[in-house]
Amino acid sequence: MDQVGVLSERKRAILSSVVLLTVFLGIWQLSVKTPTPGVKAEGLPGPVAVASRAWEMVSDPFYDNGPNDKGIGIQLGYSVRRLSIGYSAAALVAICLGVMLGLSPGLYRALNPYIQVLKPISPLAWMPLFLYTIKDSSQSAIMVIFMSSLWPILANTAFGVAGIKRDYLNVSALLQLSWFKRLWKVILPAAAPAIVAGLRISVGSAWVAIVAAEMLIGGTGIGYFVWNEWNNLQLTSVIFAILLTGFVGLVLDFGFASLAKTLTYKE
Amino acid sequence: MTKERKIESTEMSIANKVEEAVAYAIFGSEVRRREFIRMVGAAGAMTILDSVFPLGAAKALAQEKTGPIEKKSLKVGFIPITCATPIIMAEPMGFYKKHGLDVQVHKASGWAMIRDLSINGETDATHMLTPMPLAISMGAGSQTVPFVMPAVENINGQAITLANKHKGVKEAKDMKGFKFCVPFDYSMHNFLLRYFLAEGGIDPDKDVQIRVVPPPEMVANLRAGNVDGYLAPDPFNQRAVFEGEGFIFMLSKDIWPGHPCCAFAARKDFAEKYPNTFQALFKAIVDATNYAHNTEHRQEIAKAIAPRNFLNQPAELLEQVLTGVYPDGLGNMKNVPDRIDFDPFPYHSMAIWILTQMKRWGYIKQDVDYKKIAQEVYLASDCRAVMKSLGYKAPAQDSTKHQFAFGKNKTFDPNTPAEYIRSFPIRRA
Repeated sequence: MDQVGVLSERKRAILSSVVLLTVFLGIWQLSVKTPTPGVKAEGLPGPVAVASRAWEMVSDPFYDNGPNDKGIGIQLGYSVRRLSIGYSAAALVAICLGVMLGLSPGLYRALNPYIQVLKPISPLAWMPLFLYTIKDSSQSAIMVIFMSSLWPILANTAFGVAGIKRDYLNVSALLQLSWFKRLWKVILPAAAPAIVAGLRISVGSAWVAIVAAEMLIGGTGIGYFVWNEWNNLQLTSVIFAILLTGFVGLVLDFGFASLAKTLTYKE
Repeated sequence: MTKERKIESTEMSIANKVEEAVAYAIFGSEVRRREFIRMVGAAGAMTILDSVFPLGAAKALAQEKTGPIEKKSLKVGFIPITCATPIIMAEPMGFYKKHGLDVQVHKASGWAMIRDLSINGETDATHMLTPMPLAISMGAGSQTVPFVMPAVENINGQAITLANKHKGVKEAKDMKGFKFCVPFDYSMHNFLLRYFLAEGGIDPDKDVQIRVVPPPEMVANLRAGNVDGYLAPDPFNQRAVFEGEGFIFMLSKDIWPGHPCCAFAARKDFAEKYPNTFQALFKAIVDATNYAHNTEHRQEIAKAIAPRNFLNQPAELLEQVLTGVYPDGLGNMKNVPDRIDFDPFPYHSMAIWILTQMKRWGYIKQDVDYKKIAQEVYLASDCRAVMKSLGYKAPAQDSTKHQFAFGKNKTFDPNTPAEYIRSFPIRRA
């Protein structure tokens, strides 16, 4: 296919996306009853109402009316901060552990049953245990993020390291590379695509978990914001927050996708 | 305690006097007190006395305004319901400030969370359901942490709300097979609903399903048809009417007029470590509760607690709850001024009724020393002192016989809890 053909195909995809969105918004708006002034609106709010509420919130994102009412920007900041702390800690632990497991099949077999038991547990199920032991709600939320991102990174790292070509390891042994050099120059680069794939999967699951965790602990974050608006059945804000959460998830995913691209290598 | 100890300040001497007076009151004579101290040592004696009598609070009370506030900046937890009105309004309306405190109220998402925030020390004091400090102090449904409950917040103010499809329901008998929500196991909501159903011949454990659901989610559940009704705090009863999803079947005051509901509570060690702070907080809360008791203030209060930082509800809705002029969802406009009321006095007999119900439904299995637990957790005499110091009238007795409006045995006598439990045909104990 020639260059022009590729471009027009991409353009066509963008065009279809826009058309789909317009049709969706149109149907949504039409299906919503126009509220008569003075009468309480029933059913879901329409896209126009959501957009005007969104504008209201986006135009003043950093207001602070005390501990229970902060702007959407501040709330997002809290969530992203929790995410980055819990996620980085999980990545560190999971990559170290994953390399160990990948390099030693015996250890992998010994630990695998436990990993399989722990992996499917919803990260939120840990919350009561963390609250009881850590005795701090904010750190407990961070630990929930930790648990949610740990397993995908661990599994992918172990898988990636175990799948490194024996030739690479043999050569590095032949060259009598130090332990550290072997790890840094051979193992990690070779397993990098698999590790980044794990990182990409887990950042998504961590972002999913943070909203739920914050709905539980309350106080700050985008999850608390959704909960607080739900309290008041303020659905315009809830819908806006859902869209915003999705958007942030998209940005995170895009970041890791581009990282993955730079780290892929051809054999 | 001992004569040898140097008296360093008047405060210390007042504290010592209080300890002495308490010891005297307990042992009756100086000889028996000395004998006791010889047996367990002076420090040991005080620890033992402290376990039966809140010495810290008593000392702070005796000192009145003499002590400086140890910790000015405090966090107080709350659940966004109208029961918490005094705790919340005390921030925007300046009651905390008036008593020398800088308090920020923190919204929590549910009762389990408010319990853990408080146990973990993330909040200094907290809004709770009246059964919770009793349950936590006994380790029922929680780790065992001694709590004190200096004041009740609201009396009345709850309701049984049913989905619109049940408009034909007249009494408990018609509710067989219903799915109900309550906000927490250890809540007046749960105990009043169980009481109401059982008096109508419905076994709450066998004939219906009772689920714990956070109040804000109840309206959504009613809308989705997941549940048939709930006994819940406001504004979520009125909210169901407002949303056109349900109707108010019965106000809780028609089961037990003047029943306690929510409370102000703190860990016992907080009250002891910061006696003056605790005292100031206690005063601010009693002051605010008393202000809320006056029905003329209710509109002003509704406006103060409606914003997103606090209840996050429409002010008109809160007004319907607080003034008692409200549509019931059946087409009637009701006018019930005492739909919700505010009265801080924590009668020991209220605690004893709650404990009888915990025992009745099997939430506590062990033998209960009703009076002892009530005295340890509900600070009735301290509350009386605070109410008097603020110039308010206070009940003379720590316990009273409670009159119910609903049920066969309408009088609850706190002196005969075991007989009271046995008088119910439907019970687990």
